[in-house]
Amino acid sequence: MEYFLQQLINGLALGSIYGLVAIGYTMVYGIIGMINFAHGDIFMVGTFIALIAFLILVAIGITAIPLALFLVLLIAMLLTSLYGWAVERIAYRPLRGSFRLAPLISAIGMSIVLQNYVQLAQGARVKTLQPLITGVHTLLDLGNRLVVQISNIQILIIVTTLALMSGFTWLISSTSLGRDMRACEQDLKMAALLGVDTNRTISLTFLIGAALASVAGMMYLLYYGVIDFHIGFVAGVKAFTAAVLGGIGSLPGAMLGGLLIGLIETYWSAYFSVQYKDVAAFSILIVVLIFMPTGILGKPEVEKV
Amino acid sequence: MSAARSESGSVLSHALKDALLAGIVAFGLFILLLGFLTEDSRGPLQLIRRPGLLASAVGAVFAGRFIVSLIYYNFEAIRTGLGALWDAIVRFCHLYKWWLVAAFLAAAALRIYFVPQSWPLMLLIVSATLIGLRSGLSAALLVIAVVFPVAFYNNPYFLGIAIIILTYIMLGWGLNIVVGLAGLLDLGYVAFYAVGAYSYAIIAQAYGWSFWVCLPLAGLFAAFFGILLGFPVLRLRGDYLAIVTLAFGEIVRIVLLNWISLTNGPNGIGSIPRASFFGIPFTPNDDGFAATFGLEFDPTHRTVFLFYVILALALITNWVTIRLRKLPVGRAWEALREDEIAVRSLGINPTNTKLTAFAIGAMFGGFAGAFFATRQGFISPDSFTFPESALILAIVVLGGMGSQIGVAIAATVMTASFELFREFEQFRLVIFGFAMVGIMVWRPRGLVSTREPTAYLREKKTISVEHVAEGRG
Repeated sequence: MEYFLQQLINGLALGSIYGLVAIGYTMVYGIIGMINFAHGDIFMVGTFIALIAFLILVAIGITAIPLALFLVLLIAMLLTSLYGWAVERIAYRPLRGSFRLAPLISAIGMSIVLQNYVQLAQGARVKTLQPLITGVHTLLDLGNRLVVQISNIQILIIVTTLALMSGFTWLISSTSLGRDMRACEQDLKMAALLGVDTNRTISLTFLIGAALASVAGMMYLLYYGVIDFHIGFVAGVKAFTAAVLGGIGSLPGAMLGGLLIGLIETYWSAYFSVQYKDVAAFSILIVVLIFMPTGILGKPEVEKV
Repeated sequence: MSAARSESGSVLSHALKDALLAGIVAFGLFILLLGFLTEDSRGPLQLIRRPGLLASAVGAVFAGRFIVSLIYYNFEAIRTGLGALWDAIVRFCHLYKWWLVAAFLAAAALRIYFVPQSWPLMLLIVSATLIGLRSGLSAALLVIAVVFPVAFYNNPYFLGIAIIILTYIMLGWGLNIVVGLAGLLDLGYVAFYAVGAYSYAIIAQAYGWSFWVCLPLAGLFAAFFGILLGFPVLRLRGDYLAIVTLAFGEIVRIVLLNWISLTNGPNGIGSIPRASFFGIPFTPNDDGFAATFGLEFDPTHRTVFLFYVILALALITNWVTIRLRKLPVGRAWEALREDEIAVRSLGINPTNTKLTAFAIGAMFGGFAGAFFATRQGFISPDSFTFPESALILAIVVLGGMGSQIGVAIAATVMTASFELFREFEQFRLVIFGFAMVGIMVWRPRGLVSTREPTAYLREKKTISVEHVAEGRG
C-alpha cells in the first residue's frame, strides 16, 4: 500500500513533466495539424540551457536557491522559446501548403540538426548536476521503514505545473492571443480572412510550446540531475503519446495524458520491469490509437472530400 | 540613374536589416550553448567560456543572411543571368556533341597512356558514358555497377563502400514501395531490417543452414512482422501511422536489447556464418572456392561475390517494384497515395492494399538485413537505431518519392559523402538534417523529381463529342 502511494507521487511528478511537453505537441497539432517532431529536442535544448544558466549563476555568485531558480526559469523560457520560434521559421513556415508529409519530414530533419548541434556544442558525455533542492517530507509513517515520502523537488514540480497550467488556461480562454489561437484552431483560412494575423499566432504558439517545454526541461534537470543530448527523442515520443492518449488538440487532455503516461510508466517499472518501461509506453500509444483514435478528451475528426 | 542608385541603396539597407535581425536571433540562440562549454573532467561541472566561437558563429549567420538577402532581393536579375548561361551551355553541348565525346575519349586515352594504373577507372567512365549516351542514365548506372568489381578489384576499400551503397539502394527501394508508392510514412523501417538480420543470424547459427536457405526465411520473417504491425495500425491516418511505426521500431530495438537469451542483448551476435558460393566456402582450404576453381586464394573473392549478391538482390527489388506497379495492386497503391477516399469509393479495400505494400517493403528490408548480417558477421542493436531509419527515409525523400533512379542516386551520393566526410561525424549529421529541411522547402518532390507515369495510352484516342458534351437532351 505505502509502496503504491509512493509510486503514485513519483508518477505524478514524472507525469507533470510529460504533460508540459505534451502541451507543445497538442497546441501545434491543433492549429496547423502537424506533428512537431523536433519538440522533444526543444525540450532537450531547454535542459541544457537551464544547466548552463545554473552554472553561470553559481559562477557569478547568485546562490540563493529561490532567486536562482526564478532567474534560471526566466532565462530558459526566453532562450528556448527563441529556439521554438527559429525552428518554425526555418523548417515549417515555408512548407505551409506543401503536401501533407512534408512538414513531418522537415521536422525529422530539424530534430537531427538539434541533437547533433547540442552534441557538437556540449559534447556527447552525460552531464551531471548535483541536487540543488534537497529535503523530503514524510507523509505517512507505518513504522518498519514503510514510509511514504514527498521530496521538495516533487512538490516544486507539481506546484509549478499547476501554476503554469492555470496561467496557460487563462491565456487561452481570456486573452486576445488565446482567442486568436482558438480561432486558428477552428479554421485557419477563415481566421485569416477575419483579420487574425495567422503567421504571428502560429509563431507565438511555437514560442509558448517551447517555453513550456523548457520549464519541463528544467524540472527534469532538477529531478534527475543527469542529461545528455539524446534525452529528447524518448521524452518526445512519450510526450506525444501523452498528447494522443489525452486526445490530440485538447489542452486538458494533454495534461491528463501526461499524468497517465507518467503513472503507467512508474507503476510498470515498480511492479514489472524497468527495462521494458519504454515498451509499455509505446505499446499504449499503439493500443490507444487503434481503439480510441481520438483519445480520451479529443473530438472525432470527420474527413470530408 | 539616381533612381537605380536609391533602389540599390534600399536593397542594401534591406539586406543589412535582415542580417542584423538574424544576427541578434543567432546571438540569443548561441549565447549559452556555444558561448559556454560544460566540462566535467575534474569532479563537478566546470564552465569554460568560448567568446571566440560565439562571435564567429554569430558572425557567420550575419554574413550568410546578408548574402542570401542580397541574392534574394536581386533574384530576378540573377535568375535571368544564370538561365541564359545554362541555355548557352546546353546549346553548345548539343551542337558539338560528337566533338565533346571525341575529346573525352582522347582525354581518357591520354590518361591511360601517362598513368597506366588508372585504366580501370577510365574503362568504367568511358563505357558508362558511351552506354549512357545511347540508352540513358539507368543503363549507364547498371554498367558501372556490373563493371565496378572488375575495375576496382585491387581496391577492397572501394568495394566495401560500393557494397554499403548497394545495401542502402536496396533498403531505399524497399522503403520506396511503402513511402513512395503507397504513400505510407514508415519511420520504423529499420525494425524490419533488424528482424531480417537477427532471424538470419539466429537461424544460421542454430541450424547451420546455408545463406541461400536462410535468406528467404529472413525475408519471410520480416514480412510476417510487417503484417503483424500493419494489421492493426494501417487504418490510421498518415501522421499517426508515422509515429506508430516509430514506436514499433523502438519496441523492436528495446526487445533486442533485453531478450538476452535469444539475442545476447547489447553484446550482439558474433561469428555469424559467412555466405558461401552455393555451398563452396571462401576459405583457403582444399574444398574452398579458390581451390575448387583452380585459383590462388584471395580474400577479395568473397567481397566480389558479396558485391554481386547485393547487386542481384537490389536489382530483384527494383524489378519486382517495376512489375508490381503494372499490376492492379500497384495501381491501387498509387491511387491510395493520391486519394484514399476515392480509392475506397471505388471498392478497393484500403487496409489490405496498404498491408501488401507494408509486407512487401518489409520483406525486402528483411533480405537486406540478412545480407547485412552475413557481410558483417556481427550484429548488435546499435546498428538498428532510429537515425538509421531516418537515413533510409532521407534517401527515399531526397531521391524523389517513387522514383527508382532517384533513390539509387540519392543513396550513392549520401553514402559516398558520408564516407568522404568521415572525420566530421557530427557536422555531417547537422548538414544532413538541414539537407532534409532544405529539400522539403525547395524541391518537395525530391532532387530527381521525374516519375514515370505508371499507365498511359498507347495511341491517341479521340472521343466523340456525344460522349463529352453536357447538358443536352
